[in-house]
Amino acid sequence: MIRLISIIVGLVFTFVVMLAFVLGAANVIGQGYLVEKTAETEFYEHPMELALQSNGPFGTFDLQQLQRGFQVYTEVCAACHALKHVAFRDLAQLGYNDAEVKAIAAAVQVPGIDPTTGEATMRPGTPTDYMVGPYANDIAAAAANGGKIPPDLSLITKARHDGAAYVHSLLVGYSDVPAELTQEFPDFSVPPGGYYNRFFPALSIGMPPPIVGDDQVTYADGTKATVNQMSEDVSAFLVWAAEPTLAKRNQTGWAVVGFLLFATILAWFAKKQVWSAVKPKHEDA
Amino acid sequence: MSFPWANQYQPKAPLMRWLDEKLPLPRLVYNAVGAGYPVPRNLNYAWNFGVLAGFALVLQIVTGIVLAMHYAANAGVAFDSVEHIMRDVNWGWALRYAHANGASFFFVVIYLHIFRGFFYSSYKAPREMVWLLGVVIFLLLMATAFMGYVLPWGQMSFWGAKVITGLFGAIPLVGEPLQIWLLGGFAPDNAALNRFFSLHYLLPFVIAGAVILHIWALHIPGSSNPTGVEVKSESDTVPFHPYYTAKDGFGLGVALVIYAILVFFLPNFLGHPDNYIPANPMATPAHIVPEWYFWPFYAILRAFTADFILDAKLWGVVAMFASILVWFFLPWLDRSPVRSGHYRPLFRKFFWVLVVDMAVLFYCGGAPAEEPYVMLSQLATAYYFLHFLVILPIVSMVERPEPLPYSITEAVLGADKQAASGDNATPAS
Repeated sequence: MIRLISIIVGLVFTFVVMLAFVLGAANVIGQGYLVEKTAETEFYEHPMELALQSNGPFGTFDLQQLQRGFQVYTEVCAACHALKHVAFRDLAQLGYNDAEVKAIAAAVQVPGIDPTTGEATMRPGTPTDYMVGPYANDIAAAAANGGKIPPDLSLITKARHDGAAYVHSLLVGYSDVPAELTQEFPDFSVPPGGYYNRFFPALSIGMPPPIVGDDQVTYADGTKATVNQMSEDVSAFLVWAAEPTLAKRNQTGWAVVGFLLFATILAWFAKKQVWSAVKPKHEDA
Repeated sequence: MSFPWANQYQPKAPLMRWLDEKLPLPRLVYNAVGAGYPVPRNLNYAWNFGVLAGFALVLQIVTGIVLAMHYAANAGVAFDSVEHIMRDVNWGWALRYAHANGASFFFVVIYLHIFRGFFYSSYKAPREMVWLLGVVIFLLLMATAFMGYVLPWGQMSFWGAKVITGLFGAIPLVGEPLQIWLLGGFAPDNAALNRFFSLHYLLPFVIAGAVILHIWALHIPGSSNPTGVEVKSESDTVPFHPYYTAKDGFGLGVALVIYAILVFFLPNFLGHPDNYIPANPMATPAHIVPEWYFWPFYAILRAFTADFILDAKLWGVVAMFASILVWFFLPWLDRSPVRSGHYRPLFRKFFWVLVVDMAVLFYCGGAPAEEPYVMLSQLATAYYFLHFLVILPIVSMVERPEPLPYSITEAVLGADKQAASGDNATPAS
């Protein structure tokens, strides 16, 4: 009885899903294609490889590069993008000493409350403050940027597939609309307020190219500030901003995996020793 | 239950004898997982996964309780509290990654444990209750994991919650009011987040209780084994300690190495980048997908795209729940008197087809809801229901199984000197 019901129920589910399959297949045949070719599917490119010192299981941070990247963030990106999860005190991890961190913080005005009158003021930052975004609130951010809020960059390399490689490719990937695209898809055009970038999935991004030419920033350590260099440096900095504990994580990982491998090998020999009492003499599973 | 030849607990030290009189916990442990529990001597590594699942539960509870000391379940601060854990709490990043990847570890182990049950027909008499409790544990685990993923309040947290709680709206008549009551609002918001946190903290302890019942139910008949032939004599078994404590210890080591590589070197590999974007009800992600361990069921949900008497959406919901509920009926669907897939050639072929089918369902569930994935998932869903509801009952009736060994001892040693005359091993119905 239970088998009869089971077979009926099974056939009902199978029928309904195969009905959906047949209708879907008919639709595909009618369309003439399985996946529609659009400008986005044909001309979107996956990011280029980016070799950073933080890549891979041995990854550590290149503090010099992080400091350069922080400079690029402050002078180029901070005009529109916030970094709310990074506090000034975190910058000590980049190799700045206490005095330098205090100075960096003090150079920024943060919202505060006057301790005597209670009114809202701006005051110089201290190391315990978090970085302040360029806009008072989301509405102001959207209003200044064509209706879209520039995303906070604290986690951007973890919030996108291919992380830092994507960020770097995006920054250097601006170009004109390629001739082949206009030929194949004559209806395609970059909407007003958009900029063509082959590494952005929708091909048209609302952010104007932030790094426009060499030496946009003058590096304190004298490194030549090419577009590529600035882009790599800020990408490396954003990897740190997204995960300041990355280097420690890798270090700890080697210690833990190393110990576990050792313990597992010991456990293997212990198991063999225990089982030798009952295992038959010939090899058996 | 114990076999008559089981070792007896005999405390020697005065403290242990006192304890044995007042509260015989050491005796309980000795009889459950110690030298007092005889286990078939021929268990292979597929039998490790139960213990690994228990370990995963403890791991999740420990890391979860410490995380809960630093997490705040209010929609305005939840995302930031997780970042606080990652950046400022000492070893917070390790706890967070351990807990997130611990969930994946738990599911890997559980799926392997369940598929062991499928292949060796562990669900058959006399172990039906073990199986039923196991399915209950799996459902509780899915609920716990779903709610846990909502807690960071990222984009996938919010939109995943929106999709899954939206399914309740598909129930006819009571659907919409039920959905609003469950959510505490019209859409996932602070009310939903708070109650999910409460339940996410509660359910693991319910799971722990169910696990205790699961092990208790198992220890009545004792463990099955790869031949499916029941234990007949002392030479068929070895005491759990030290034989399987040693073997499980090694298995645990291997599992932990893989887990540690994930946690420390690939902590975000199994996750979705969109969950590092704070939840935004105004911005729908391009593709909403749950965590990988839900992908087969998500594929089944999305496979039903045609109305037939019922709405397509309702078919999808019913099929998704049915795909797990069919497991409850396995002890009564599979009627073969032979347990182990080793001795059931036809059953074995279909088992491997099922494995491939699940792999296809996994793949389609994580893919966008576009062609060719939709058509693929429709075919895979059809096979899935056919397998459990049509093929298994029929195969179990018509197949010719291979001859079984007389006993476990014979299977392991080649001959069983204590062999009594007569019947070959058929499990008690």
